[in-house]
Amino acid sequence: MAAKPMDWIAIDQDPRFQALHAKKSRFLWGLMIFSIIYYFALPIGAAYFTDVFKIKVWGPINVGILFALSEFVVAWGIAWIYARRANSEFDAMATELNRVAHTLGGSK
Amino acid sequence: MNVVRWLSPSIAVPLAVAGTSAFAADTSAVSDKFRWLTFVVFGVIIGLTMYVTYLAARRVKSASQFYAAGRSVTGIQNGWAIAGDYLSAASFLGIAGLISLYGYDGFMYSVGWLVAYITVLLVIAEPCRNIGKYTLGDILAFRNNPKSAKTVAAISTITVSIFYLTAQMVGGGVLVKTLVGIDYEISVMVVGVLMLAYVLFGGMVATTWVQIIKAVLLVTASILLVVFTWAPYGFSLPGFLQAAVDSVNIQGQVTKLVGDAAKNMTPQELGQRFLEPGLFLKNPIDQISLGMALVLGTAGMPHILMRFFTVPTAKDARVSVIWAMGIIGGFYVLTLFLGLGSAINVGQAEITRIDKGGNMAGPLLAQFLGGGPESMLGNLFLAFVAAVAFATIVAVVAGLVLASASAMSHDIWVGVVRGEKATQDEEVRAARISSILVGILAIAIGILAKGQNVAHLVALAFAVAASGNLPCVLMTLYWRKCNTGGIVAGMIIGSLTAIGLVLVSPNMTYPSIVRPAQEKIIQIADEKIASLNSDLSSAAPEERTKIETALAAQEKTRKVALDTIAKLGDDTTSLVGLEKPLFELKNPGLISIPLGFLAVIIGSLLYRDKRADDMWDELYVRQNTGINAEGATAH
Repeated sequence: MAAKPMDWIAIDQDPRFQALHAKKSRFLWGLMIFSIIYYFALPIGAAYFTDVFKIKVWGPINVGILFALSEFVVAWGIAWIYARRANSEFDAMATELNRVAHTLGGSK
Repeated sequence: MNVVRWLSPSIAVPLAVAGTSAFAADTSAVSDKFRWLTFVVFGVIIGLTMYVTYLAARRVKSASQFYAAGRSVTGIQNGWAIAGDYLSAASFLGIAGLISLYGYDGFMYSVGWLVAYITVLLVIAEPCRNIGKYTLGDILAFRNNPKSAKTVAAISTITVSIFYLTAQMVGGGVLVKTLVGIDYEISVMVVGVLMLAYVLFGGMVATTWVQIIKAVLLVTASILLVVFTWAPYGFSLPGFLQAAVDSVNIQGQVTKLVGDAAKNMTPQELGQRFLEPGLFLKNPIDQISLGMALVLGTAGMPHILMRFFTVPTAKDARVSVIWAMGIIGGFYVLTLFLGLGSAINVGQAEITRIDKGGNMAGPLLAQFLGGGPESMLGNLFLAFVAAVAFATIVAVVAGLVLASASAMSHDIWVGVVRGEKATQDEEVRAARISSILVGILAIAIGILAKGQNVAHLVALAFAVAASGNLPCVLMTLYWRKCNTGGIVAGMIIGSLTAIGLVLVSPNMTYPSIVRPAQEKIIQIADEKIASLNSDLSSAAPEERTKIETALAAQEKTRKVALDTIAKLGDDTTSLVGLEKPLFELKNPGLISIPLGFLAVIIGSLLYRDKRADDMWDELYVRQNTGINAEGATAH
């Protein structure tokens, strides 16, 4: 497989890798923090805002049930947003780096 | 040491994580007349998985086949397998049971099990696939001292898996006994031998297919049950929930749960209360603590991590998590209908008569929908659901055994003892021997732990994975300064804190608290028995049966309390010698997870490790790009 050793430092410092890293980091950790806050809002809301959770919205369906169901929708939404972004952008950037990796740096 | 102390009546309330409550019911759900039907359905499903194992066994010759199915599983297949690996009997039976008994809180509880996959998807699955090979140890050994990293990773993998496995084995034994009335010990042995056959002969290939088959069966069964349950209400959500509010069963259950407050409530208000929070989960801090363990622990579960090495590329790992999230999330939404449907149609009295923890809510609903306990179709439905539950346990246990066996053979034997100098044949042989050892251990633990309340072990497994494994994996992947010192410190401190806090938590049995509480129960029961007896002597003939039933119930309560006291023996303190809990939370995550992270940081800063530093650029580039990732044809 690897005919000659990769120059990992050179790849790391390549602007294309830096761009991938910057985009991915901001996007992933942003989503991660949002999802954690949204998730913990449910038990906290149920415990400290019980009266709001009890408000009936549609027949017997109350805010609490809608909120719990929204957790599923939000989780799937995050997965969808991430997959779209990764498929359209991150994958292409990573493939490009895979293609040129051998030519980067002074190892040849 | 008296192991009976592990039994903790203080949490003999249903814990969905448990799968089943510790006490075996005397009554099985299937009547003797229809037992043969159950065996036929079990036989068909077991036969199918055995055939798959037979086909797989011919392919499994290399280490890559045994540990990672040759990295030839597709993303979609792996998504189903992850769901099969993850949806234990606890989710299938336990959460539906919680919803049937406590309404909204049961449903809220299920959310964290799905949200956990966001962590897996965003920051764990693809990087791990890019840099890893077969095990958690491989991920941690990439830039840290391989022998130290593999040793701590293997110990942690085995610890987490054994905790989880014990709960599954005990739960499985009780479940099969409750459903079809086979002896507990025989059930445990059947589960153990089957699981061992899959792993031993078929390695990851067979394990994957058993998990896929199980997930497909589970989802199919749930969809069918929900269609039948929901159809009478024209598939209207408000219509269905209104039926729950109107249900006499549910109103009665709420009356029981809220006590005196029920006196000022109309039947409608009582029913509506079931759809509001607070009937089961009383301590929000404990819940947040459990939530943290779930959301971070799933991503640190060795048997889940291992699944990402079975696909050819990081992109397939992503596809598999997304499929898994669809299946797992969809399944939990269905449990809302299963739980409420069972409460409306079967009723809490019947559900708790078969199993106090509510775990039979789903199977009993199946029996009802097919026409009830006396009908052929009802029992066929029940047999099918029971067989699915059985397949569920076997599939989850197989995944856990494979993860522990890989840690033993790949990390410890080949990595540490043989210094990576082992041939393919030797490695596969080591893996098979390890599987047998772990399999025998699992069966032995299952039998020894009979009657123990192992409920908290599932939560503990997640807490250890979240406090030890996850901080190490996350930091080695994303923090330049992380090194061997941090990994070793994080693993040890994170895991030990989680275990230590549970040992001094309310999960344990405190005889000095349990004994007076049980004595009070006996006293109240005695008073009621006395008053019922005096009623009986003057009762009209038509009222006699009602009073006699009430009497029998009181006698049973009294006997359970007496048994509980008897089990305490002469103990006055808990397993670790305490009179009362030192730590008020049942879930240690809130404390142990931050401590785990802190230990990784401090350990790394105090330790000098040139290799970890030198390898950072390679690791970071590879985890992001997949350059030089282990390929599908890897040997």
